[in-house]
Amino acid sequence: MTDATAISGASRHSLINWRGLAIHAGLIAAALVMIYPLLWLASSSVKPSNLIFSDLSLWPTRFRLQNYVDGWRGAALPFSTFFLNSFIIAGLAVVGNVFACSMVAYAFARLNFAFKKTLFALMMLTIMIPLHATLIPQYALFYSLGWVNTFLPLVAPKFLAVDAFFIFLMVQFIRGIPRELDEAATVDGAGPIRIYWSIILPLLTPALVTTAVFSFIWTYEDFLSPLVYLTSMDKYTVPQGLNLLMSSKGASSWGPLLAMSLLSLVPLFVVFFIFQRRLIEGIAATGLKG
Amino acid sequence: MDANNNVAAFVFLSPWLLGMICLTLGPILASFYLSLTSYDMFSAPKWIGFDNYIKMAFEDGRYYQSLKVTFSYVLLSVPLKLAFALGIAMLLNRGLRGLGFYRSVFYLPSLLGGSVAVAIMWRQVFSYDGIINQILMKFGIDGPSWITSTDYALYTLVALAVWQFGSPMVIFLAGLKQIPQDIYDAAEVDGAGPVRKFMSITIPMLTPIIFFNFVMQIIGAFQAFTPAYIISGGKGGPADATLFYTLYLYEQAFTNFQMGYASAMAWVLVGIIGTATAASFLSARYWVHYGDER
Repeated sequence: MTDATAISGASRHSLINWRGLAIHAGLIAAALVMIYPLLWLASSSVKPSNLIFSDLSLWPTRFRLQNYVDGWRGAALPFSTFFLNSFIIAGLAVVGNVFACSMVAYAFARLNFAFKKTLFALMMLTIMIPLHATLIPQYALFYSLGWVNTFLPLVAPKFLAVDAFFIFLMVQFIRGIPRELDEAATVDGAGPIRIYWSIILPLLTPALVTTAVFSFIWTYEDFLSPLVYLTSMDKYTVPQGLNLLMSSKGASSWGPLLAMSLLSLVPLFVVFFIFQRRLIEGIAATGLKG
Repeated sequence: MDANNNVAAFVFLSPWLLGMICLTLGPILASFYLSLTSYDMFSAPKWIGFDNYIKMAFEDGRYYQSLKVTFSYVLLSVPLKLAFALGIAMLLNRGLRGLGFYRSVFYLPSLLGGSVAVAIMWRQVFSYDGIINQILMKFGIDGPSWITSTDYALYTLVALAVWQFGSPMVIFLAGLKQIPQDIYDAAEVDGAGPVRKFMSITIPMLTPIIFFNFVMQIIGAFQAFTPAYIISGGKGGPADATLFYTLYLYEQAFTNFQMGYASAMAWVLVGIIGTATAASFLSARYWVHYGDER
């Protein structure tokens, strides 16, 4: 080996390294910019209100945990009410979507019936209909049923598989489950209900988890539907509680408002850290909005 | 196949059939009927023909403003968001270490983006004495009062939308992984530089994904509501500068109880989204390449 090749080999090696390092540096800088507002939110939530807009450093010089106490009680009702309401609504939405959508998906993926193609096309079409197009007549319907200011308008639609996107997700997944399993069960005398319950549902678990996680996140974050349907404060969800806190307190107490904002994100962070890979794979594979 | 299977199938389909008829198809048709009436929820709808549409087209300045705001938002936020998504996805698609970490960090804002908390945070970040202006101050720039200025308020919402580029980025990443490395190797042998490889391989191979992301983002952007509501205090201010279409629709329906007018607005929105989607699909014949055509 001559010196020349050794040098060119070494310099080429270091060149590649520099390039990799530059990309990492760029990506870390970009990631910091992305995350900075969230870090600022976290740090501001423990600062005295008068320091939030004057103290640039992310590490608070004075900690004021009182923000959390004030915020929790700050709106007309304590946030425990709003959190409880949100968890009830999001929890029921998860159960509804998981069961209703999986039943429908099983029928589309495995059973034969009249007008199957037409109904499937209709189902796909409903995915594209904007929420606002159906909002007003739905409101009139729920109003006439006496459901306004109850959780029913937010929860019942999930038990009727209105989020057709999840049906599509599950149909795609069931198509990947070997049909031989169903056929063997049929030979053993199992009917469709048995096959759905004992074979398809257990094997569908990954798709069910994706559905459950996204149902939870979207229902928990949703602001428009609770805003329309829930009128008395004791029914309010967390996003409504934040809106209430913001409009009732005004600019005077940012600390408590930001403290509650951060706290309201905690369930989302928890779900995100537990299910990161599933969430990201769900997005990548099906293009779920996020 | 047989009657038995039909019965079983419709048992499984029954929740969805009920939901589709009562909560989707029925309401859509009812919405069209209501759009031809004057309706306030409390008394029976009064037939007024196309008056709502005529009012929208010729007499309602705020309606025009809401269209202008919404189209500006869609036309600015969607291309910027997709450009960031593709750019970062390409940087991440080099077999770097820590891919999972970066992917999660860039995706996180997308996940939180629809929440009221993030909109409140954004409102503080862009307020007159907020963090953006504090940073600008370090460079001697006296920043404007972003969210209360008619010139800038909409851009803060665009910035919020662009910040959430993570979800299309994840889809781009999945698409980039599907492009076989040997095509790039072959192009390199033929002397293609990075720009040439990007224009002649990456972009064409990725057109189906670009198309998909584009359509999904357009549909989503036309329906944006929560950030505009929170940042403008529910009113689309200052001076209607952030009066999104959906915000105005909400106000007409649930504040003014002009349910007939709001239904007409909803139908026009369906028309706009439908037209935008259809136009994308028609144009796709000229620029979207699917693998099997090669």
